[in-house]
Amino acid sequence: MTSESQNESLKKTVLHAKHVEAGAKMVPFGGWDMPVQYSNGIIAEVKAVRNTAGMFDVSHMGRLEFEGPGAESFLGTILSANLPIIKVGRGKYNFICDASGGIIDDAMVYRAGDEKFLLVINAGNTDADMDWINPHLKGSSGFTMNVITDDTAMIAVQGPEAVRIIDELTGDAASKIRRFRIGEAEMNGIPATLARTGYTGEDGFEIVVAADQGVKLWSMLKEAGVVEAGLGARDVLRLEAGLLLHGNDLSTDTNPFEAGFGRFAYFEAPGCIAGLALKQLSTQEQARALVGFKMTGRGIPRTGLNILSGGTSEIDDSNVIGIVTSGTHSPTVDGGIGMGYVEKKYSATGTQIVIDVRGRLVEAEVVDMPFYKRGYKRG
Amino acid sequence: MYPEELKYSKEHEWVRMNGNIAEVGVTVFAQESLGDVVFVDLPEAGTEVEQFAKFGEIESVKAVSDLFSPVGGKIVEVNSEATDRPEAVNEEPYGSGWLIKVEISDTAQLDVLMDAATYEATLE
Repeated sequence: MTSESQNESLKKTVLHAKHVEAGAKMVPFGGWDMPVQYSNGIIAEVKAVRNTAGMFDVSHMGRLEFEGPGAESFLGTILSANLPIIKVGRGKYNFICDASGGIIDDAMVYRAGDEKFLLVINAGNTDADMDWINPHLKGSSGFTMNVITDDTAMIAVQGPEAVRIIDELTGDAASKIRRFRIGEAEMNGIPATLARTGYTGEDGFEIVVAADQGVKLWSMLKEAGVVEAGLGARDVLRLEAGLLLHGNDLSTDTNPFEAGFGRFAYFEAPGCIAGLALKQLSTQEQARALVGFKMTGRGIPRTGLNILSGGTSEIDDSNVIGIVTSGTHSPTVDGGIGMGYVEKKYSATGTQIVIDVRGRLVEAEVVDMPFYKRGYKRG
Repeated sequence: MYPEELKYSKEHEWVRMNGNIAEVGVTVFAQESLGDVVFVDLPEAGTEVEQFAKFGEIESVKAVSDLFSPVGGKIVEVNSEATDRPEAVNEEPYGSGWLIKVEISDTAQLDVLMDAATYEATLE
């Protein structure tokens, strides 16, 4: 179980040595060798993000720049975002859907300039995304696409203290960037692109700098009191915030409408490849729905466990009404929480359900998501 | 890290003998590998368990692991502190974080377990 020997083929971010030095436990994730937790453990990291500020190395996420007069119309064909209404400096969550409306990936798209966009995609889906994008590049013109993943480092700083800390490092430039917007600033001399977005339910920034400045920025943030946090904490935080994880809650076998995120599936862009399928799906009654649930009995839900109808006392295929797509113990809620797809009639808030925890039947209840919500200050 | 007076299994459980009662828990290596323990599922007292058979589950934030009993016999006591306050397994794996007590009739089964030095050598 030595990590070095078996992980030689994995990619390393520029911060890899910093993680190892800090005592992180490294695991393979989406083709990268990434920190799952540091020495204080996942719960301490979750609490740091909820109470002060934590930072995540998200350099493994794919970053693509599209620039030129044809960029907007091209992105309209491969994404599900209404790009003409996105003003300079604003970002939008959206889906990359295939021709049948299945979700290849979920992504953030930002308009960094009049004719310049930044697309941030999931590390584990980078190959699938490129396989989707590249064939459509042929026959398109008027823009360039640059994959800047390896040229840059990306660090997410999240938590109630995050904006104050980044403000101090940018001469108060950071707080002028409002939620879901993107801007440029210097962080103690390091030119940085700051997106006021994240994946934790907290306020904060996702910061992109040149790859050779990554270590300097990470050290600067640590010195400012930001706590290192790994993929384990990130998964707990995003689930508590009701945010979806592609590969768990989303896949090419799911569509944005059954996931409850139809409002992020814009299908009227000219030439949108998924347009027709998404339009049809938008008018159809979905057979199943993604719900959040909280355990009322003793147990922790995990990906892949069956969801049974309420009151079930014996396992029987006829009682299966859905499947868990994400689950964990939530330190913030102090209990087991999860997400899963259930037959539509079981999706109402308050519905009693049962989770088949490896043969042990544990009661749970459908609840509204997010499980945790911070009240944001305006601005 | 690995007290001399205990016996160890390759599944990272330990045994402390007191007469014919075997107290069982997980090792420091196990609790560190798991990370924050958030859930422990143990059988009821009175249940019979075979040596090296699964007797429960232990969960960290990230993952589930099976617990295998290093000894066989009748479970005479389960530690409610470990189920009520699972972090006890992280804090004191050889103390308040113990899991079950098993009454054993045949102490020969201890012969196939490892002493501290042998167990520690398997971790390297």
